[in-house]
Amino acid sequence: MLKNIIEVESLSKSFNISSKDPGLRGTLKHFFKRETKRIKVIKNITFQIKEGEIIGFLGANGAGKTTILKMLCGLIVPSEGSISVSGYLPYRRRDDFLKNITLIMGQKQQLIWDLPPIESFYLNASIYDIDKFEAKRRIKKLSDMLEIEDELYIPVRKLSLGQRMKSELLAALIHKPKILFLDEPTIGLDINSQRNLREFLKSYNSENNATICLTSHYMKDITSLCNRVICVHNGSISYDGKLEKLLKKLSPVKEVLIVCSSEKDANKLAKSGFKVKNKVKNEITLKIENRNVSSSLRTILNNYDIEDLFINEPPIDEIIEKILVKNKYTF
Amino acid sequence: MSKIFTLLKVQYSNMLEYRVEIALWAVSGIIPFFMLNIWTNNNLNEAININNTMLSRYFLSVFFVRQFSVVWVVFSFEEDALLGKLSPYIIQPLNPFFRYFTQHIAEQITRFPFALIIAIFFFLFNPDSIWFPNLIFLFLSFISTFLSFLIQFLIQSIIACICFWTEKASSIERLFFIPTLFLSGLLAPVVSFPKYVKSWIYFTPFPYLIDFPANLLSGNKTNISGGFIMQILWILLLFPLFTKIWYEGTKKYTAMGS
Repeated sequence: MLKNIIEVESLSKSFNISSKDPGLRGTLKHFFKRETKRIKVIKNITFQIKEGEIIGFLGANGAGKTTILKMLCGLIVPSEGSISVSGYLPYRRRDDFLKNITLIMGQKQQLIWDLPPIESFYLNASIYDIDKFEAKRRIKKLSDMLEIEDELYIPVRKLSLGQRMKSELLAALIHKPKILFLDEPTIGLDINSQRNLREFLKSYNSENNATICLTSHYMKDITSLCNRVICVHNGSISYDGKLEKLLKKLSPVKEVLIVCSSEKDANKLAKSGFKVKNKVKNEITLKIENRNVSSSLRTILNNYDIEDLFINEPPIDEIIEKILVKNKYTF
Repeated sequence: MSKIFTLLKVQYSNMLEYRVEIALWAVSGIIPFFMLNIWTNNNLNEAININNTMLSRYFLSVFFVRQFSVVWVVFSFEEDALLGKLSPYIIQPLNPFFRYFTQHIAEQITRFPFALIIAIFFFLFNPDSIWFPNLIFLFLSFISTFLSFLIQFLIQSIIACICFWTEKASSIERLFFIPTLFLSGLLAPVVSFPKYVKSWIYFTPFPYLIDFPANLLSGNKTNISGGFIMQILWILLLFPLFTKIWYEGTKKYTAMGS
C-alpha cells in the first residue's frame, strides 16, 4: 500500500488586494484612502497524494491552481488548515524538505542569463551539497535524457525557448527531488519539445518513483501524464479522481458511426428509436449512452445489415478545454 | 563555505560579462575628487589643520573605500521580489541573500583593476600625494572597508525586506542615502564637522562607513580600536535584526508575478 506523501486538510489562503477606480479621481482617492479587500483564493480544500502519483491540477486562469502549488512547495504560507509534504510543514522551509522538492515555473527562470547553463548546474549542485564528481555524473545523465548535451556550454540568452526549458528542468532536477511541482512546464514550447518534455517526465517518474504535481493548459500534458486530476474552480476542488472517470462523467455518450449495406437499412435504423446525430446516404451516426453501448450494438448487429462500424471516443480535448477555459463544468 | 565559494566563482564569471558597465560604474564614483577640488580651491582644509597632501590622500582613500563598500542589494532584491524571480531561490537550501552578497563581492573584485587605473591617473595629476601605506594600516583599512561593506549590506538588506510589506522599499533606501552622503565622510572628513555634530555622530554607523576606513588608509589620525569596536557592534546589532525581518517577511511573501 503506497503511503500518502502529501496531505492537505481544510486548506485556505486569503490575500489582501487593493482596488483602485479608474481616472484621476480614482488615483487621488487611492492615494489618500486605500481600499483593500481580503479575498479568499483557496477555500477549504482537502486532498491526499500518494508517492509516485502524477496529478494534474485543472482549472481556468485564476482558479487557484498555482496558489495551491505555491503552498505545497512552501513558497507561501497558508491562511488556514493543515498541510504536510513528505512529513514536513512546507512553509518552514527546512533544508531536508527543500532538498526533496523542486518547483518549475514555465514562465520563470533560475538559470543565469549571461552564462552557459553548465555554470548554473554546478552552482545548484553545490547548493544542494552534491559533490563535483556526482554532479558531473548527474548532468551527463540528465542532459542525455533531455538531449541537450550540445547546449550546455552556450550562454542561456542564446538558447531557444525549448532548450532553455530543458536546461531549467535539468537545473531543477540535479538534486534528484522526490516531489516535483510543475507550473505550466510546457508553456510556449513547440509540439516536439512538449512531447520530449512529457516523455522525460514520464521516465523520471518511473525511474525515481517521483511524485509530480502539474498544472497545464495543454490537454496533451494532462492526458498523457496524469491518471488522476484535481479540478479547481473558484478556489475549491470541484473534482478529484481518475481522468477517465471525469471524461465519462462529462461526456456520458459515445458517437457510433454505422455504415449500413444500403440506404434503405440506414433509413430503417434512423427510425428505430436511437438518437441520430446525422445521416448521409448509407452512413448514420448515433449517439448512445456509455452504459448502453454494448446492448445497443448487439441489437443493431442482430437486426441490421452492417458493413462497418466505428466507435468514437469522447472528445477529450474539447472537454478539458471547457474545464480550462470556460469553467463550464462544476460537479 | 564551499557553496559560497562556488557562488562567488559563478558570480565573478557573470560580472566579467558586464566589465564595461562596471568600469563605467567605477568612473562614476569620482565624487570624492570633485570634493577634493572644492576643498583645496577654497582653502577649507586650513580650518581643520589638514594639509593639501593629506587631504588628497583622504579623498583618494574615500574613493577606494566607496568603490569596495558600495551596496545596491535593495534594488536587485526589490525587483526580484516584485517580479517573482525570488521564488526559485527562496525554496533552495541557501538563503537568497548569499546570492546578492557574492554578487557584490564579485563586482568589487571586477572593479579593482579599474579603481587602480583611476588611482594611477589621480597620482599623475597629484604627484605630491603619492604614498605607500604601511602594510599593517593597509591590512586594517582592508578589514574596516569590508566591515563597512557588511554594515551597509545589512542595513540595505533590512530595508530590502521591508518590500515584503510595502513593495517599494527602495524609496526608504533613497531617504537613508541622505544622511549617508552627508555624515559618512564622503563629502567632508568627519573631523571637519561642527562640535555638536561630532558629539553624537560617533554613536551612529555613518562615520564607520567611509571616514574611519579612509582615515586608516590615508594615514590620518583616527581612533583605531574604537572604530573597529563600533563597526563590530553595529554588525552584531544589525544581523539579528536582519534575520528576524527576513523570517517575518518571507511569511508575507506572495510570490507575485508567477
